[in-house]
Amino acid sequence: MSRSPIRDLLVGVFVLSGLAALAYLSIKLGAATYSGPGGLVLYANFDEVGGLAKRSPVVIGGVRVGQVKKIELASDGSFRARVTMDVDQTLKLPDDTQAAVLTQGVLGNQYVGLSPGGSETLLKNGGEITYTQSAVVIERLIGKVIQSLGGSSSSEPSKPPAGGKSP
Amino acid sequence: MLELVRKFGWRSISIVHGLGGITLFGSRLAFETLAPPYRLRRLIDDVYNTGVLSLAIVCASGTAVGLVLGLQGYNTLVRFGAERSMGAVVGLSLVRELGPVLTALLVTGRAGSAVAAEIGAMVATEQLDGLRMMAVDPIDFVTQPKAFALFVSMPLLSALFIVSGLFGGYLVGVGLLGIDAGTYVSSLENNIDFRNDVLGSVLKSVVFGALVGLISTWRGFTAAPNSEGVSRATTGAVVQASVATLMVDYVITALWGVGV
Repeated sequence: MSRSPIRDLLVGVFVLSGLAALAYLSIKLGAATYSGPGGLVLYANFDEVGGLAKRSPVVIGGVRVGQVKKIELASDGSFRARVTMDVDQTLKLPDDTQAAVLTQGVLGNQYVGLSPGGSETLLKNGGEITYTQSAVVIERLIGKVIQSLGGSSSSEPSKPPAGGKSP
Repeated sequence: MLELVRKFGWRSISIVHGLGGITLFGSRLAFETLAPPYRLRRLIDDVYNTGVLSLAIVCASGTAVGLVLGLQGYNTLVRFGAERSMGAVVGLSLVRELGPVLTALLVTGRAGSAVAAEIGAMVATEQLDGLRMMAVDPIDFVTQPKAFALFVSMPLLSALFIVSGLFGGYLVGVGLLGIDAGTYVSSLENNIDFRNDVLGSVLKSVVFGALVGLISTWRGFTAAPNSEGVSRATTGAVVQASVATLMVDYVITALWGVGV
């Protein structure tokens, strides 16, 4: 078989480009979804976390500052969900910060939104966020709407809605 | 009736015989790969034949698949008003499934068949016997570099296929359908996970590379020493490697891919 330096070069280029593609896939696309600084571990108990999952984003004012580390049932017997978050440790969060489980759009992923309060004392590493707002579960909301509609329609059966068209 | 039973029994025995043979052959290949001498020269030549020469069709097919995924994904997503997640649809289907599987099928057709035919022709023209006469082990000298080249090329080709596909999806989504470029890329980046998606994809392509390498060299190596034998070996290599790829794909997906 004839040895040609061009062939070796092509093999080298092929291997390099293949490795570059692999690196792109694993570093750019597959990077653990939040790769910013962490270090500040916070806990929060929610009545309902809905579709929140490990690695869901933690957000302040739309900016990503951390991610959810763990979701488990609280060990104090209250049957609430205990969410462990890893947040950028350079943030100075007051201890009356609120945490809420929110949804991106109607069908989007769920995330934890933090809204800092005005307290002077700061949350320390391992601190607990006491003011929490649970996830809105759409099925329950729909159930409530149906219930209230059913209640009103049984009391006043055939009243058209206010502002209805009259031909 | 007795003839039928006899034929059935003979078929079963020959299948088990073939399975045993390919297992032993595979362990020989693995052993020769790990044990010196390392035939780097021959490996580079074979990577050229299997990898570099497959590059064009892999990239072209990848782009085409990405274009189609973009169009079809848009069609479905727009009914739910979710065309913002097109990046996720294109990316996840390429990384998790289409990339490794289609690359394996393409490489089987492009390179696996060539390997089987080349080794089969060597058997038919008694070149392997010639090597044995010179006390050169044909498994070590001929088949091992080819199988190993397929094994090495497959993950690289699969990654290139996926990247071309993402590019194709980008072309359709951003260029043709007017989805915002940032939306496409961020939906791509937010929804692909390293361990679940990328590692699973690499695992798949590595296993497929080993399978295609093993089956094509085995079929060539055991070809009947005549022209019909070579043609049967080539066909068999392509068919068996493709079917094995698809079946093993299910097993890997079931073991690795389910769950969050």
